[in-house]
Amino acid sequence: MRKLLGLAVLIAGLLHLRRRREAGRERVHVHFDDGSTVTLTDDAPDAQPLLAAARRAL
Amino acid sequence: MSIVWPVDVASALADLTEISSQVEAAAVVDADGAVLGSTVAGEPAERLVETGVGLLEAATSRFGSSGRSVTQLEAALRDGSVFVVREDGLGIIARTSAGPTSGLVFYDLRTCLRAVAATRKKSKPRKRAAKKTESTDA
Repeated sequence: MRKLLGLAVLIAGLLHLRRRREAGRERVHVHFDDGSTVTLTDDAPDAQPLLAAARRAL
Repeated sequence: MSIVWPVDVASALADLTEISSQVEAAAVVDADGAVLGSTVAGEPAERLVETGVGLLEAATSRFGSSGRSVTQLEAALRDGSVFVVREDGLGIIARTSAGPTSGLVFYDLRTCLRAVAATRKKSKPRKRAAKKTESTDA
């Protein structure tokens, strides 16, 4: 039981760390007329011109 | 039936900034990119509009070949986000603080845009219906 609890805490901690890391990343969400969405994170080459353009407004 | 009241651009933007505390600045543009109204004046407004138009163009040139049209986008940066929404030949560009609630911001921006669109439709002069010509066959 203790091992199971420890494993659950470990998984929750890893998920929390991953979420925090994702939240801190710069990204672009593009929505289309057919309802689809594309997300480009800052490590994607396509995201760089869009992020650079957005930076000018801030 | 629409629940959006027709209001002028300045009132729509004032409502937007009152409702959405996350929106720091916003501007409404027409299909040609001409500014119809903005919460900020001068150079910051121009920069915001240029950014929004540039973002839409860059996204369209990247994804336009897929046959889909870009309707809205969010560029999330560490210092804040830039939102662009276009609908009914109008566009709205907004700058927010960091970590905004994207869904809420998009909803508020669309509501603002629909209020402006409703005003524009209402203010357009109606075409008169062509008079029926009565045939006088006797």
